[in-house]
Amino acid sequence: MRNIFLFIRRYAIFLSFLVLQFLALWMLFTYNRFHQAAFLGVANEVTGRINTQYDKIDDYFHLREENKRVHHMNDSLMNLLHLNYNIPDTTQKLVIDSTKQDSLVKYRRYLWREAKVVNNSVNFEKNYLQLNRGAAQGIADNMAVISSDGGVVGVVVNVSENFSQVMSLLHVQSRVTVALKKTGDYGTLQWDGKDPHHVLLKGISKDIKVERGDTVVTSVYSYNFPPGFKVGTVDKITEDPSTGFFDISVKTAVNFSTIQQVFVIENLQREEQLRLAKDTERKIEQEKRTKH
Amino acid sequence: MSDLVRNIFRFIIFILVQAFVLNKIPHLHQFIVPYLYYLFILWLPFATPRFTLLIIGFATGLALDYFTMTPGLHAAACVLIAYARPFIITLLTPKDTIGFTYREPSPRGMGWAPYIVYTLVLTLLHHSYLTFLEWLDFGSFLYFIIKIVATTAISMLLILTVELMFPRKLKYRTNI
Repeated sequence: MRNIFLFIRRYAIFLSFLVLQFLALWMLFTYNRFHQAAFLGVANEVTGRINTQYDKIDDYFHLREENKRVHHMNDSLMNLLHLNYNIPDTTQKLVIDSTKQDSLVKYRRYLWREAKVVNNSVNFEKNYLQLNRGAAQGIADNMAVISSDGGVVGVVVNVSENFSQVMSLLHVQSRVTVALKKTGDYGTLQWDGKDPHHVLLKGISKDIKVERGDTVVTSVYSYNFPPGFKVGTVDKITEDPSTGFFDISVKTAVNFSTIQQVFVIENLQREEQLRLAKDTERKIEQEKRTKH
Repeated sequence: MSDLVRNIFRFIIFILVQAFVLNKIPHLHQFIVPYLYYLFILWLPFATPRFTLLIIGFATGLALDYFTMTPGLHAAACVLIAYARPFIITLLTPKDTIGFTYREPSPRGMGWAPYIVYTLVLTLLHHSYLTFLEWLDFGSFLYFIIKIVATTAISMLLILTVELMFPRKLKYRTNI
């Protein structure tokens, strides 16, 4: 017993070094798996406050680009107005919608919330954005984030009371289901950590005709993203000789270093979709069991 | 200004500069991330107890980690250099004199050559460990080696610039 105490006394510094190392590594590796770590909620609030102050100044440097994006978005919405259409047709008649209640609410799929980016990085292999909206404002994990001109930014991975963290497309663990706009074939979007303007599109088979400049949009199969939002354009196509797939480099629609305003999109039917998928699996399993 | 107050100011400045200036620099290259914040640990007084050094190292790393959303990554590297620091200093201590006669490591007090060796060894240690942890779940071996060399070169450049731009006043060790 005495020897143990002597041992601890003698190597106290080395042991405390090991303890701190272990603590740090434990935090690191559990975080990667579960996207939450010790004290992250509290720390998120603190860094959020500081980031907000910094962001107030930083905003002025991106105003011009942000204005252009918002104007562009307005332009596309303006084009949807009924005012623009004048059909010289006698069958046309004016109908006043008298329903006060929106009867479509029940079937609503996507709910949009605006948010502001307070912190952002593009220099690392794992880049996150911090938004000024959190659980108190209705943000939850797995919501999609889209920039002010409709380009895909990322997915919410962690929320605190008033702030939320978004895993950007520029994250080596990010996986987003996307599709080619022209043909509708879907693949997975990921990042190799090299260039913040280019991401990789995997899983497009070689018999599909892809050309440089083709638009890549979010897929209808995604649980998080509403379909049809622009991800980027095809920049370089290389054939992977070992598989039947192309390696496609996609130039992102969003300039990640100048993002200011974003939309956070909630898929209101996500729970139902996931539940259905799980139930189906269970049902098939049970049927198999009863048959044999 | 007492050592404690001065070091608290340094801590805040180093973390903020790292989080809001160096990490915000437009993307240069995938191999280059300019790191400077750990210079705070290298500048701590010689008389800091080793256990305190470890705790300060852990706190410094963790403070930056919460800004970069990588809890534990920088903390692990900082604890390592905080642990290794006294050994390097012992190696560099001149044998013929009683020891260094000033309070904290600086090029004017130690001489440029020993100071550069001191920073270079700890920088290399910090970056190797940091890159190693990143490499565990991502990247190839060549990438690992090149990144260590590139980030170390950039960090050494930054440290030398800081030393030339902000020469610290020499504080001699007193008995008080």
